[in-house]
Amino acid sequence: MAIPKYVGTETEFGIQVVGPTDVNPVLASSLVVGAYRSATDDVRWDHTDEHPLRDARGYAEPDAHEPPSDDELGLANTVLTNGARFYVDHAHPEYSSPECSNARDAVIWDKAGERILEDAAARAAVTLPAGSRVLIHKNNTDGKGAAYGYHENYLVPRGIPFPRLVRELTPFFVTRLLYVGAGRVGNEFALDDVPFQLSQRADFFEVEVGLETTLKRPIINTRDEPHADPERYRRLHVINGDANLCEVATFLKVGTTMLVLDMIEDDALPPPPVLREPVADFHRVSHDLTCRVALRTDDGDTVTPLAVQWHYLEAAKRYCKDRDLDPVTADVLSRWEAVLTTAEEDPRRLAGTVDWATKLELLEGYRDRHGLAWGDAKLAMVDLQYHDVRRDKGLYNRLVARGKVDRLVAESEVQAAITSPPEDTRAYFRGTCLAKFRSHIVAAGWDSLIFDTGRDALQRVPMMDPGRGTKAHVGDLLDRVTTPAELLDALTG
Amino acid sequence: MSDGGQVKKGGASREEAEEQVEATTKTTEDSKELLDDVDELLDEIDDVLEENAEEFVKNYVQKGGQ
Repeated sequence: MAIPKYVGTETEFGIQVVGPTDVNPVLASSLVVGAYRSATDDVRWDHTDEHPLRDARGYAEPDAHEPPSDDELGLANTVLTNGARFYVDHAHPEYSSPECSNARDAVIWDKAGERILEDAAARAAVTLPAGSRVLIHKNNTDGKGAAYGYHENYLVPRGIPFPRLVRELTPFFVTRLLYVGAGRVGNEFALDDVPFQLSQRADFFEVEVGLETTLKRPIINTRDEPHADPERYRRLHVINGDANLCEVATFLKVGTTMLVLDMIEDDALPPPPVLREPVADFHRVSHDLTCRVALRTDDGDTVTPLAVQWHYLEAAKRYCKDRDLDPVTADVLSRWEAVLTTAEEDPRRLAGTVDWATKLELLEGYRDRHGLAWGDAKLAMVDLQYHDVRRDKGLYNRLVARGKVDRLVAESEVQAAITSPPEDTRAYFRGTCLAKFRSHIVAAGWDSLIFDTGRDALQRVPMMDPGRGTKAHVGDLLDRVTTPAELLDALTG
Repeated sequence: MSDGGQVKKGGASREEAEEQVEATTKTTEDSKELLDDVDELLDEIDDVLEENAEEFVKNYVQKGGQ
């Protein structure tokens, strides 16, 4: 029986200051994060158990492109009461969601990140000269050669050999662009016949497997930094996905991946087709709006992206057939099937469900009305503004307001998640301690909190299991204690 | 649309024919509503879209990230 696949998502947002003065993106990002943080908040990030250069293939590789950590540069960082980390990474404001136990929660806390950025940017603008605006986009490219990330993190048992993950996940990742793609005007290869493609990010991938994340991006990333007991777990760091606005897209991106990982762990996945050129295929799938482009397999045959996805879905249905399914997994299965069925008929009918098709419909309507050629800057503007996180100006958000996009969670759940952590992961302990004892917490990390209780030594509470520290485990205790010293005495006593 | 042909086809009773005409009219109304809706949406985009698109897009330059 597969272990729970705790999941968290990371978003590096695009940032642009418009106004009378030039503000460089690192400073702008710091202003945004700083504006959201209270003046007295000096909780640092605990890097003790972080090893971003450790490789899942069993060796460490120096990476000249990894800049010094943000703390070394004195950049803004904060850890939120919802269990998330909000900080500056690679000249972008980054929101790393709290650990979630299921795909629906992942949608809620991912969406809460958009609201946090919307609020933080508005607060930051007030600190700049009059007339300045700070615009935040949940996108992955500026359309001029720069890409920035959206990462998913899944807890998987260390017992699964890494080469098996590579073999069984690669065809899945290459073809899930059908619902993961956020849509993009243009391409990186100056191809005239690709005016629009499924993915923001696919063109930036250059290798099949690797440790790097900022250059030579790999479809399968080997960063081996579990933020959990390294003997038992690894954290699969998935860097090939787009940042999604559509809730159904985020839901499927995370939910289908969790299911595929469960099947791999339980030996329930029949061997998927082996793609002969996964990297070129990743670009091909993104460039093909029919979802039927022929991909060559190693047996000399060809397969379509849709057929590959059906292979995984059929396996998942068999895998789930005799199980007592939780409602979220059941919903993942039915929405996955609905998306593939619609894509079989006409992929463009996915408008209102997934981002690329929603954006494409908008672009086509706008293009027709104004008689614009694909190269027109207005269309690039529509593409960009689709991702604007402001609810009154972002085009995705305007579509939501008009009821044109399927929502999956209630806005009240998203609002609550801005300040509250998930209750069934260790994020509950992190977030609740920060809400209750922030001034006594010196540093926080994914797998630890460091307290200053006024005693001689600082006390570090390790949280090496993402499934411990839940409301069920520590809710009563956290309600009861009135000082951090009481809490630590209870935990260590 | 071949509504007229459909109505007459197979010697449908007057009632059936009326029903079909009604259904056809409704479909036309629906698609008109849909078009109005799209029009309103596109109006709205024109209202909220950054004014100087060309300059905005030109200046939108991000640092590479992960």
